[in-house]
Order: sequence, then C-alpha cells, then structure tokens
Amino acid sequence: MTLTATLTAYVEGIGLLGPGLADWPGSQAVLGGSQPYQPHKTILPPPVLLPAAERRRSGAIVKLTLATGLEAIAAAGLDAASLPSVFSSSGGDGENCHAICEMLASDDRQISPTRFHNSVHNTAAGYWSIATGAMATSSVLSAFDASFGAGLLEALSQVVVDNTRAVLLACDTAYPEPLYSARPIPDAFGIALVLAPQRNAQSLAKITVSLTDASADRLDDAALEALRIAIPAARGLPLLRAIALRQEQRVVLDYLDSTHLAVAIVPC
Amino acid sequence: MNPLWLSHFTATSSIGRGLAQTLDALRQRRAGLAPCAFDTVDLATFIGEVAGVDTVQLPAHLADFDCRNNRLALLGLMQDGFAEAVRAAIVKYGAQRIGVFLGTSTSGILQTELAYRRRDPVTGALPADFIYGTTHNTFSVADFTRHYFGLTGPAVVVSSACSSSAKVFSSARRMMAAGLIDAAVVGGVDTLCLTTLYGFNSLGLISEQACRPFDAQRNGISIGEAAAFALLEHPQENLSADAVLLLGVGESSDAYHMSSPHPDGLGARMAMQDALKMAGLEPTEIGYINLHGTATPSNDAAEGKAVAAVFGSATPCSSTKGATGHTLGAAGGVEAVICALALQHGLLPAGLNTRQLDFSLDLDYLLENREQPVARVLSNSFGFGGTNCSLIFGRANP
Repeated sequence: MTLTATLTAYVEGIGLLGPGLADWPGSQAVLGGSQPYQPHKTILPPPVLLPAAERRRSGAIVKLTLATGLEAIAAAGLDAASLPSVFSSSGGDGENCHAICEMLASDDRQISPTRFHNSVHNTAAGYWSIATGAMATSSVLSAFDASFGAGLLEALSQVVVDNTRAVLLACDTAYPEPLYSARPIPDAFGIALVLAPQRNAQSLAKITVSLTDASADRLDDAALEALRIAIPAARGLPLLRAIALRQEQRVVLDYLDSTHLAVAIVPC
Repeated sequence: MNPLWLSHFTATSSIGRGLAQTLDALRQRRAGLAPCAFDTVDLATFIGEVAGVDTVQLPAHLADFDCRNNRLALLGLMQDGFAEAVRAAIVKYGAQRIGVFLGTSTSGILQTELAYRRRDPVTGALPADFIYGTTHNTFSVADFTRHYFGLTGPAVVVSSACSSSAKVFSSARRMMAAGLIDAAVVGGVDTLCLTTLYGFNSLGLISEQACRPFDAQRNGISIGEAAAFALLEHPQENLSADAVLLLGVGESSDAYHMSSPHPDGLGARMAMQDALKMAGLEPTEIGYINLHGTATPSNDAAEGKAVAAVFGSATPCSSTKGATGHTLGAAGGVEAVICALALQHGLLPAGLNTRQLDFSLDLDYLLENREQPVARVLSNSFGFGGTNCSLIFGRANP
C-alpha cells in the first residue's frame, strides 16, 4: 500500500539538540558519517528569551523546545512571532509528572501552582508563545512513539492546506525513576524544522511525504540507531541524515505500528 | 473552507449518556454537578462525574488500555450508534482513509496517580501491573480508539489543555483537505483525576459550589468529565436540512501568561474573527454562542470583553459548564455536540446556576432556555497556556 496523496514542503531551517548533538551545523558531519558519533548527556541552554519569572519555572521540555525552535527559525532568517507552530511530544515533562504523582500519593496533596501549570502537555507551547510573542495558532500533539511522524504530518498539512510557513518542534525529555522503568526515555532530544510552501533562497531541501506500509529505515551507526529507537523525537533522524548528505534520497520514517511515512528528499 | 459534515455525533457527560439524555437535560435545565466524592479527594467542591464509568469493561484484546479515561471513551463510543457509524465508514472509505483526532488534557494519568500509592516500599518501583503507554500516555485514548475500530490512518491526540477537543476539528479539516484521509473520528475524552482537582485548587480556581458562569459572584470552576465524538465526512449531495456542518475554525495563542487569559481577551477575539473569516460570515449571522464560560473571574471577564468586541451585545449566548462542569480536554467536543443539538432542535440552552449576571459584561446571556430556530452557532474553547479555538457550525439548509 502506497497511498497516492502526497504533501510537499521546503525545509528552510533546522534545529537539533540531543545527546552528543549540540546543534544542526555541528551535527551534519556526524549524521553524514564523516565524523564519529560520541554520545554524551544533552546540555540544555537556559531559556534567555523568557521573562525572569517564567525562566525560573521552566523545565527541561521548555528549554529544549526553545533551543531547537529558535535555532531553526534563526537559520531560516525568520521572525518566530509570525509563525504557526506544531509541538509534538510523546508525553511532556516526566520530572514534573513524577513530582506531582509523588505528592498526590503522600499525606500532603497541595501541589504548587507552578507544578500544575507545568503539567499540561502544552506547557512548552505556552512558554514558546510568551517568549516569542507568537499569537498564531499552535497545534500541541502526542502520538506516543509516533509523535515525530504525527507532528510532521500536522505541520505539512498546515503548510500545504493553509499555504503558510510552519515550525515543527518535536521534543522529548528524560523520565526519572520509577517512571523510567515504565517509560525508558533516557535523555532530552529535539528536532525543529521550519517548513515552507514555496522554494526560497534559504531552502535546504524539498520533502515530499506520503503514507506507506514499508518498514522504517534504520541508521547504520549503532549508537545513532540506539538513539533513534530510544527517544521518539529521534525517529526523525533518517530525514536529517538525508538532508545532511545533500543527496536526492527516499527514506521511510517510523510512525504508527502499521503505517509509516515515505519521504522523498531533494536538496535545494 | 469547504464545509465538513458531522454525519454522526454523540456526547456522554454528567448530564447524560448520549444525545437523547443530553438534550433532555438541557431542556429540563438539569445540571450534573454534585458535591465531590471522587476517590479519596478531600476538597470542598462540586464535580460533574459520569455514572457507571468504573463498570465499563474493555474488550479482552484491549485489556492493556484499561483505565478510567479509556472506559469513558468506550462508554461514549457505544451511544447513539456511533461505533456502528464508524464501522460503516470503514466499509465505505477503507480503514487507512479514516483519521483519529482526539483531545484530552490528562488522558489516563489517574492510573499513574493510583500506581504511585502502590510503590514498592523498598525499591520505590511502580507495581508490575502498571502499563504507562496504553493508559497514562497522552496518546492512549486515540490509540485505544484506532485499535478498537482497526483504523490504520493517521492518528493523534491534541493536548492543549481546555482547547484540545475544539482544535481536533482543525487538524482533521487540514488532513481531509490535504487528501490524506476521507473521514475523521474527532472528539475529546477527559476524566476526573487528582492532578486536575488539586491542581486547579492550588490556583484558587475551584468553586466550593456548583460553578456560576458569568455571575457577578462567580468564584471558580466545577471540574467534570466527558466523552464526545463526531464523524467528519465531506458533505454528500442532498443533505437533510438539519444536517450539521462545520463551517469555520479560528485558532490563536495569547502569548501572555501560562494560567491567566489576556485581560482583554485579545487572543479570544482573534480566534472568533478568524473563524468568521474562514466561514465567510458576518458576526450578525451567528445566532448563538456557546461560551467557554468557565466561571473563573478572569476567564469570563476576558471572554465577555472579546465577545462584545466582535459581536456587540445582541447575540444570545451561554456557557453550558453550569450543567456539565468544565470537562477540560473534552469540553470543546461536548460543546460542539451541544451546538449541533441547538441547530437541530432550535434550542438555545440557558446557562445554569447563574443568579445575578455580571452587568459589567454587556451580553445577551441566556438565563432561560430559548426555543427558536437557529442557523449558525459559534463555540469557544480557550485553555491554559493561552491557547484559543473557535468553531462555527451551521445547518446544511439554513
């Protein structure tokens, strides 16, 4: 089954942050295979764009989202305030969830207002909007392990149907024990993509996406493949690898159990 | 936009299972709110609990999905022949051509809250029978729904707090327009849990009484739970006059504060204006507004200003949260169904519990039911983090 409907967009900017991957420019040689991948714990920069009060309250998912999103938008030479956004995360802030559930199981259930407003799945989207002043629509999604694919489809459908640029922010952060044993996400990883309906001077690649039942591509490097499997947002790495190689390619990205995403990539 | 047809729809909340009970409760002005006796919660508040959720049994092959949220989802799918309609759509379009777009705020988090009471006293481990992915995870309710029907098309949960199940209509609209799917199961399911009850309490946003939207003395929300679903299809020819269409969607972000709306309702205003623009309608062509109307002082003030700025003071409006409670991630779906009932039955439902209107908000807020034909209605859903969505529905033949 390869269904006929396709969605096409131009990638104008990329943000990347994860274990041993500090940003997009520094990661292209690693993803392309010309430099070795050396994983180490993800370093999250402070969210300097946020007002002081919000900066204090922001958890890892907010820092990761801001870092990757702003990198992609700066690379595209755009103003974040004007862009519709798609936030896709498999489950939001695990540290905060753990703290709330621990309190609710104790004798003192009076969780703090900050804990509560950081518990909603759209925390990062709310902080993003406050930090950038963006009043355009934001879609805030979860599809468990399929979250990258779900976010890519949502962003592409915005670009194609509403004829607008959109920024995809696919981010996941680590879960602490005891949740980690039930949901073993080991570290923070995020990919941000600025997608546009037309080709421009800043276009990096044209991508054309359709649904397929073909198997998802794996990465040759064992450590990168382990990362792709371990963190849902990293299921987008084969797409970034193809863009880094600057070759015309077709990759299949993991999505739902029986339905994957075929992506044809043409460098611009 | 090209209008989309809500070929089937249903809602289950504290005011009733399915459309007939929901309509009857609205006609009888019957609220589903009662003093909170949920689980071990020790808060003085009213809640809108759905009776009988605990007794719902998931099919054996979907036992891993068993949690309160998915039980309520199944209870909702069983009403009004909705599940049969989805199965008929699968025959018509194919399982891969139907998308699933559901809203929830807390999904099955209650399952994790309960598991944390049963941690191993030595290791701290969660009990072995706790399954995170198919219960607590935000996607669980959409994953359950697609497995229940055997759907293989795109599936996603929208989780933007209290706008979630309004925004699903927007995601489905785009994916249908893009040609990836021919039909969509949209809606929202949210269930009672300690996180929201104690969380809203921590913000001082919970009323000790049944919530009183747009009352001068309103003092907070009553949390409810609900499941609402609609099947979206492209309109077929010769729709009956009372067929309900989605005519427009408007979405915006406040860019203001995590838990307070913009004081003048700027984002809310943008969402309503964008929905009107997409529908190609003037404000005077809207015959009823189902307000977000949570009954917090700040929400209703901001929304009231925004509605007055767009519509003036002549458009009949009400919040139905006095009846259902605030069903959070399910609210947009429930209120879309109430809008559909309003269109089909010519019933503009009164807001319940409100004794003295806040006269600083210059609106035609309904304190009594109004029985009159209505051709087009707008529903507002706004959420934490400043996320806003307005939907416009209309009769196929106004």
